[in-house]
Amino acid sequence: MNTPTLLRPPHPLEVRVLTRRFEYPRTEPVWLDEYLRTEGYAALRKALDMAPEAIVDEVKKSSLRGRGGAGFPTGMKWSFVDRKSSKPKYIVVNADEGEPGTCKDRILMGFDPHRLIEGCLIAGRAIGSNRGWIYIRGEYRQYIDICDKAIEEAYAAGYLGDNVLGSGWAFHLSTHTGAGSYECGEETALLESLEGKRGNPRLKPPFPAVSGAFQCPTVVNNVETYCAVPDIILQGGEWYAGLGTPRNGGTRLVGLSGHLNTPGVYEVPLGMNLLTIVNELGGGVWKGRKLKAIIPGGSSSPVLRADECDIPADYDSFAKAGTMLGSGATVVLDETTDMVKVLARLMKFYAHESCGWCIPCREGTAWLKKITARLDEGVGSSQDIGLIDQIANSMMGRTFCPLGDAAAMPAMAFARKFRDEIEAKIQSPGAYVPAPGTQPLVVL
Amino acid sequence: MTFSPELEARFAKMIGNYPPGRQKGALIPMLLYAQDEVGAVTPEVIAEVSQRLKVKPLEIEEVLGYYTMLAREPRGKYHIQVCTNVSCQARGGEELFEHACKKLGLGNHGKTEDGRFSLEEVECMGACSWAPALQVNYDFHYDMTPEKLDKLIDSLRQMQ
Ligand SMILES: Cc1cc2nc3c(=O)[nH]c(=O)nc-3n(C[C@H](O)[C@H](O)[C@H](O)COP(=O)(O)O)c2cc1C
Ligand code: SF4
Ligand code: FES
Repeated sequence: MNTPTLLRPPHPLEVRVLTRRFEYPRTEPVWLDEYLRTEGYAALRKALDMAPEAIVDEVKKSSLRGRGGAGFPTGMKWSFVDRKSSKPKYIVVNADEGEPGTCKDRILMGFDPHRLIEGCLIAGRAIGSNRGWIYIRGEYRQYIDICDKAIEEAYAAGYLGDNVLGSGWAFHLSTHTGAGSYECGEETALLESLEGKRGNPRLKPPFPAVSGAFQCPTVVNNVETYCAVPDIILQGGEWYAGLGTPRNGGTRLVGLSGHLNTPGVYEVPLGMNLLTIVNELGGGVWKGRKLKAIIPGGSSSPVLRADECDIPADYDSFAKAGTMLGSGATVVLDETTDMVKVLARLMKFYAHESCGWCIPCREGTAWLKKITARLDEGVGSSQDIGLIDQIANSMMGRTFCPLGDAAAMPAMAFARKFRDEIEAKIQSPGAYVPAPGTQPLVVL
Repeated sequence: MTFSPELEARFAKMIGNYPPGRQKGALIPMLLYAQDEVGAVTPEVIAEVSQRLKVKPLEIEEVLGYYTMLAREPRGKYHIQVCTNVSCQARGGEELFEHACKKLGLGNHGKTEDGRFSLEEVECMGACSWAPALQVNYDFHYDMTPEKLDKLIDSLRQMQ
């Protein structure tokens, strides 16, 4: 097996909560023995003595927001579940990790799987659930195996099962593998997939908190969101909130990739300046080059030009800058980057992943792919730039699930912010040298 | 057809993970694990899974076309998946894929005649901080270069 450590040596600017057990160079997960030696399952014991409402209140106080993409307040989401409902209630972990640039959940599952299990247990206790699933993308077989083994350990030691730590409360947990689909990261598509169907999303409302897995009340959260819960319960919501900025509590993992000297996954407090993250943790732009742009929250987040990057990295500041913190995946692009090529690659991705269920997205992503491909190949026309804007605009808010917006937002941002580059490529089609045997994509 | 005892045990446990009467939930995991053992989701696999989960073969056909990892035809013994999405693209993922094409004499979704290698250009596989990345079956290979790829393929060629 090819398993070098994926961890970087700790950086002085990191604030290590989720990653506090990750001493360098770790290659093996923290198994149960070690987990217990380092305060593992202490939060569960505490939670078992708390009223469920008090657990939800603590999470509300922490101002923890979902780390999967939308940044929805977690405590509020949990409070939408009717604990008194006669139906079973379920916990679902979104470990689909498909947003390009995102590679953080694997670190948590791969090195501290019991933290995730403990987070699920506490969430389950809070909403009165007896069962959960960890939905992990199929490509992550090695992380599925690690989670399976940790779950087995937790069953054997009485942390999972019919009588959790003798409390009389039952909680069961298992992994569930996906099989290759970005759209299955969307929570309702994920639930369809969990039920053994194609990953076509569901109409919302009803939201999963009311009708989710198997039509029962369900909390769906990202891996990292659940992983923050044990420390919130142990050290208190206020402590956690204080690590970040108002309404943006705690720390988060930032996945740094692209043209950097030291790309990697780091843990930072919410609100750390984006340029500090890139220059200090990321070691600055590689090869002594200048920064051109940053995709700051996964491929769906609108791109920032270098001059727009001097901002705090939290949900609200990013929203003010017209972008999103998303999944925390930060892709850094240097001055030599061909932005048209990047745009074309992204549009190819969305066209491939569109589930085809609704027309604006199915048609829109296909057209965006064709148009950006021909612009990239130097055979587009200047009308194409306007066309991108027009198509993307007519997708926004008109698709069945947010994947349509996720494709349209970066398309508009690239076309508006890097118009010069697109035009330059149109004016000098001679710059394009097709690879042998390929045909330029002239469509229309 | 028969599955291995390990796989049967896995299936038996898996069915219990879903609410009573909703055992169809195990469908996609079951297809993927069966494919790993058999090589592809063959008509026999469909028949077996259909019987175990009490779902119609048509319901299985329905999901087969949706999930990119499920395949009706066996892939190569070593299925090489090169990511060319944005983080990998930034660090040479596209060149890496082209290099793999040349080295193996294959195009996207191609398979060598001896069935040992198949090649696929894939979307982000969650290895962006260690880009460019590729997977051989389920094994990840990080920070790849054309030279490392050559070595990897040569060593796979020598394996039995
Ligand atoms: C197309 C699409 C893909 C998504 N992929 C993921 C994913 O891979 N992982 C994830 O946690 N959330 C993903 N989401 C967000 C989920 O729908 C959902 O908001 C999230 O799981 C909620 O958890 P959180 O509140 O903890 O963030 C995706 C959303 C969309 C629209
Ligand atoms: S927006 Fe795209 S992915 Fe979502 S339902 Fe419509 S076609 Fe499917
Ligand atoms: S972009 Fe290649 S692994 Fe994420």
